[in-house]
Amino acid sequence: MSERRSAKEDAQERVKVTETKSIVLVGVGGQGILLASEILAQAAMLEGYDVKTNEVHGMAQRGGSVMAQIRYGKEVKSPLVSRNGAHILGSLEKVEALRFSDYIRPDGLAVVSTQAIMPVTVSSGGARYPEDAEAEALLRRAFARLVYIDAARVAADLGDIRAANIVILGAISNGLDLPLLAWEKAISLCVKEKFLETNRRAFAAGRNYL
Amino acid sequence: MRRLMSGNEAIARGAFEAGVTVGAGYPGTPSTEILENLVKYKPDVYCEWSPNEKVAFEVAAGASLSGARSIVTMKHVGLNVAADPLMTLSYISVEGGFVACVADDPGMHSSQNEQDTRNYARFAKIPIFEPSDSQEAKDFLIQAISISEQFKTPAILRTTTRVSHSRSLVEIGERAVPRKAGFVKNPPRFVPIPVWGRPMRVRVEERLKALQKISESSPINRIEWRDRNLGIISSSIAYQYAREVWPEASFLKLGMSYPFPDALIQQFASGVSSLLVVEELDDFIEQHVKALGLSCRGRDVVSGIMELSVDRLRSSKAMLVGRDAAEPKPSPFSDGLPPRPPVLCPGCPHRGVFYALGKEKVVVTGDIGCYSLGAFPPLNKMDSILCMGAGISMAHGMEKAGESSPVVGVVGDSTFFHSGITGLLDIAYNKGHSTIIVLDNRTTAMTGHQDHPGTGRTLMGEPTLAVKIEDVGRACGISRVNVINPYNLEETKQVISQEIAINEPSLIVSRAPCPLRERKRVGEARRILADECKGCELCLGLGCPAIENCEAGPRINETLCAGCGLCQQVCPAEAIVIGGRA
Repeated sequence: MSERRSAKEDAQERVKVTETKSIVLVGVGGQGILLASEILAQAAMLEGYDVKTNEVHGMAQRGGSVMAQIRYGKEVKSPLVSRNGAHILGSLEKVEALRFSDYIRPDGLAVVSTQAIMPVTVSSGGARYPEDAEAEALLRRAFARLVYIDAARVAADLGDIRAANIVILGAISNGLDLPLLAWEKAISLCVKEKFLETNRRAFAAGRNYL
Repeated sequence: MRRLMSGNEAIARGAFEAGVTVGAGYPGTPSTEILENLVKYKPDVYCEWSPNEKVAFEVAAGASLSGARSIVTMKHVGLNVAADPLMTLSYISVEGGFVACVADDPGMHSSQNEQDTRNYARFAKIPIFEPSDSQEAKDFLIQAISISEQFKTPAILRTTTRVSHSRSLVEIGERAVPRKAGFVKNPPRFVPIPVWGRPMRVRVEERLKALQKISESSPINRIEWRDRNLGIISSSIAYQYAREVWPEASFLKLGMSYPFPDALIQQFASGVSSLLVVEELDDFIEQHVKALGLSCRGRDVVSGIMELSVDRLRSSKAMLVGRDAAEPKPSPFSDGLPPRPPVLCPGCPHRGVFYALGKEKVVVTGDIGCYSLGAFPPLNKMDSILCMGAGISMAHGMEKAGESSPVVGVVGDSTFFHSGITGLLDIAYNKGHSTIIVLDNRTTAMTGHQDHPGTGRTLMGEPTLAVKIEDVGRACGISRVNVINPYNLEETKQVISQEIAINEPSLIVSRAPCPLRERKRVGEARRILADECKGCELCLGLGCPAIENCEAGPRINETLCAGCGLCQQVCPAEAIVIGGRA
């Protein structure tokens, strides 16, 4: 007896068999990591997955390193991603990608923005920020699968440099099994009307980046 | 309908659904968003930021005594401030359901200490609820309100940073019919003078026994039988981590961890070969399990210092079977990277005051807020932090002890209203001569820009009177009161110097709104004329994130610059000018 299954049933079936996916997004306070995290979580939720996310507030946000974590699957317990546990690491700043590189699995995908933001420890604490070539070499050694993308430039070309977070999210989407439709719906749910078009285009630019 | 909600949003939703009509609190990470979300249900719910947690607690207690359901919100250290009303509200009992929502911060992400609020439940002899995700945060709040009302006891809902700030799916429900306020006079119940207080003392113990029956029988405390070789007792977020690390083990999951469900614990212990307690912070459950005469593992393999994680519990698992507890090593690629600690933002009005203090040989007793960051290099101008308000009182104590350097107390505006006023009163009354600087950035900035008695706006979004710090200072008896503009470095330095030198109590109000809240630049972005720059690097001494030290010398990052102009004022070469890229 043959069964005909709807797309919804297909999605339910997929939810049952997939292992929990873990994604870590890092950057500097104010770069828009929380919005990217919200869109990702929303997209997974729309696909019927159980979802948990975690983010930092308060003292940690004042220009410091920030991280958001998203996990989705059939049933998610811990909202935190383990070391060596992230299927994907997305970073809006290159040094932050290196700082949290121990979160990624050996076969994980890293999507890293080429953007450099100098911490004050460099200007006043004697610390050193790696040169461009040096940083890139380190990133290539740290991540077996690396997409290194000038997200700020891509976003600026689309008219709003602040959409760099969504460019990174678009590139990340290639490494996840969520359908494009879910991403598009999640973006329209999470982004204000007047920024919607730019963010849609930023997402597409990231997704089509090679 | 299911929605993705943070634990704090879910608590607010729970309060709404439980028919709560009054919510009060004082902002504090990680608790702040509870009230910020609850106020979205206005006018069904009245919400306020009170000046401090003690006041907030009493406001909610008053609402409860009149018959309304209420919640009060705070971070763990806030409950220390509210401990006085907590201990006696337990005696006089509540009428409408009353829940104190208290958020602990294991790992000290944004706090000055780690403390375990569960101890307060035992201390005050009241029930405590510990959700482990957002759905439970909502459900437990509703249940806590109901149990509070049924047993006329205050209750605590305890979250941690990871419960409050994690998002997970929540099923939305309907709002219960709220209770109408209408106080019923009953002095033997509400007035704990000894003749009535002593019977209350007895009733507290009887109530605790009745609550224990609930703790034994309610599904909020449940046994999950799986493999019987290992049984784990856990609560809060630790339960989620433990389930991932020991998926095969049996669990006793405590949602209402006090009063302890002794019979349930005994039943669980007798059904498993070995027992392990997994809990974050204090060994609250473990001590009790041992007091019941049961043998268990716990603190010997699960640390009580800093927050737990799946990674840390994997180490515990290894230790449990006698293997090495190898925690994952940090990435080799993170070696030698420049640290990125939190910093005062570009354009922060506090920077000018700390820079000016740096020119003086003084001891600075500081306080809790963004300005705690003034302790870091290159400003290095905060010498102590104790608790809210201590910046003022400790300055006075140092001075009275005969401290050889002048002492300057530095507190924020919200902190001043919270606990600074009584300290200032003490200085005036007891003839101190400390200099007190209130950094008035017109908001409670660190926790995300909440209003306070000085801002002229309520949490309900209504305009109100804006109390002036200088007026309060004068009313406390301080006659030397100066108001300065911290973006004017010359004035700031001059007034601070002058007031430190004078042997009289002095109050300096440094007033400029937080640019992050205003969402606009202070002025036009500055730039450095490379040809004029002598490379003295004095501008770098401001610790401004917008000034980057490049190989060719300092450079101002135009997108980050908030245009406060401090760098222009410190530059001796007049190399810093208005205007972005040339």
